[in-house]
Amino acid sequence: MTWDHMTAEFLVGHYNYWMTIILMMIGLYVVVSRGNLVKKIVGLNLFQTSVFMLYISMAKIFGGTAPILTGNEDEVYSNPLPHVLILTAIVVGVATTALGLALIIRIRESFDTIEEDEIFDIEQKMAEHATSTSGER
Amino acid sequence: MLSSLTPHLPALQVVIPLIAAPLCTLFVNRHLAWAIAFTASVAAFLVSALLLASVLDGAVISYQLGGWAPPWGIEYRIDAANAFVLFIVSLIGALVLPYARQSIEREFDASTHTYFYTCYLLSLTGFLGVAATGDAFNVFVFLEISSLSSYALVAFGAKRDRRALTAAYNYLIMGTIGATFFVIGLGFLYMVTGTLNMADLAVRLDDVGDTRVTRVAFVFILVGVGLKLAMFPLHLWLPNAYSYAPPPAAAFLAATATKVALYVLLRFMFTIFQFDHPIQGLTFEYVVMPLAIAAMFAASIAAVFQEDIKRLLAYSSIAQVGYMLLGVALLTETGLTAGIIHLFNHAVTKGALFLAVGCFVYQVGSSRLGDLKGIGKTMPWTTAAFAAGGLSLIGVPLTVGFISKWYLIQASLEAGSLLIAGLIVASSLIAMVYVWRIIEVAYLEPAPEGREAKEAPLSMILPTYALVAASLYFGINSELTSNAASVAANALFSATNLASEGASH
Repeated sequence: MTWDHMTAEFLVGHYNYWMTIILMMIGLYVVVSRGNLVKKIVGLNLFQTSVFMLYISMAKIFGGTAPILTGNEDEVYSNPLPHVLILTAIVVGVATTALGLALIIRIRESFDTIEEDEIFDIEQKMAEHATSTSGER
Repeated sequence: MLSSLTPHLPALQVVIPLIAAPLCTLFVNRHLAWAIAFTASVAAFLVSALLLASVLDGAVISYQLGGWAPPWGIEYRIDAANAFVLFIVSLIGALVLPYARQSIEREFDASTHTYFYTCYLLSLTGFLGVAATGDAFNVFVFLEISSLSSYALVAFGAKRDRRALTAAYNYLIMGTIGATFFVIGLGFLYMVTGTLNMADLAVRLDDVGDTRVTRVAFVFILVGVGLKLAMFPLHLWLPNAYSYAPPPAAAFLAATATKVALYVLLRFMFTIFQFDHPIQGLTFEYVVMPLAIAAMFAASIAAVFQEDIKRLLAYSSIAQVGYMLLGVALLTETGLTAGIIHLFNHAVTKGALFLAVGCFVYQVGSSRLGDLKGIGKTMPWTTAAFAAGGLSLIGVPLTVGFISKWYLIQASLEAGSLLIAGLIVASSLIAMVYVWRIIEVAYLEPAPEGREAKEAPLSMILPTYALVAASLYFGINSELTSNAASVAANALFSATNLASEGASH
């Protein structure tokens, strides 16, 4: 891509896609960089939401209505399929979030923390303990 | 009655375990739940056997869900490649259940058993659905059904070791990122083609040609599925997930999850993208193949230094995925056949090994090497099963492992690379080291005083031996597997397209 493409029209016309990219990157960065397990789930949600936006953006037609038969053959309507796909993806996303949060609750109960580095320290100690006692059973 | 069901086999394959899953929870009784789960898994296995039998001659079954014609409706499309995967997955699914009963009886509270069976069946449904469907977005949905229930299955291990919870959490994060990458890739494909039916996608992508959008879609799908199949270096979730999952769940997942993800990769790469454009072939040659070889060595070496057998086997799984990817990345029909044969052979071998380890855990309460000294004397049958599986992992003649390696080496020689053939042999030698470590501890070290470990119950030994027997039988008589694999490879290689098939419907 050359810089000639970077006209104001191109930049503004792809507003949805810029936002999608920004959200996607923020989400992925939060997942990778935060040590708090709940914040990771928040990041994951942002990441997934950006993909929902990507799908909806490609389906939307300016001035398009809902895909309902109105009798007018020239009616412009948005593509319903990506919308439906994203409904499914939202359900998957909700299920993932629910399971993730449920796991966090169980982790909090058994490790007494939801910070990744503290959990890592505890697991490290467990591993050392197991090595030193192994074979004494 | 039965004959009227025959046309609906592709749907039944997925629907039977799907309907049985909630029934397990609804009937609160855990014995009844087991009976339902077992019946459903056996039924699914029979269906897959019938499907495999009817497509082995190269036929393709197209099933229109709800009677909506493809490419608008969702199509289940069974050819030799996915029938073979369906067969493996449902075989393992049916064999692990009788084993699971005893194993979880000792491990979990009675009230949670029904949930275990529900998650298990949902996971099975997901894997079967991924393999059966001919619709690209449907793959994502089933992938997430199987993944979500797999996360729950791994978390069940928290009863024994609370680290299972963090393992499940990390698996969830990585798996979801992988699935989301996959969906992004699908979105791009839909943008340029306007279709989600795989066969239709293949035709239309041909017309689109090599654009930046298809390249981006290709990479997103490769990375997304790579995360699910634990392609080195995207494997970080796997060792913990497999070592802390309860033994039956670990055996089931180790034998099926990565295999189904590999199938998805093959389906997208060969049927949909078809390597029409140089970038796709180059990606496999210069990215996937080096990574596959790196996995064969790095993961095998990591396995040598593990103190826990389950963890050791998990690392070995990553190495074995490397072998499969290596075969595929050769981009020849022989290479693809080798990859698919190894997919089956490794599922059988790793399933047997994880089941044997589960027997150790059942009796000794641990799978650490230090706790299993001299176990060969007190649990001779289990240890013998483990040894047989270990030999197959190395690739000793008369085991399935040998057949895989034979085909792989043949494929790499055919591709003109003596170096790759040498690397395959070299990494098998590392496998010998880690298998020998276990054999040595089990047979040659003296058993500690006062350990009361008897042989595991028959219901656990029998499924283990069924898989061991399969790994020996298909190692001696490889006709069925190699035939199925080469038909499958052929089916993947010869591009599917709607136009040529229009006559048959």
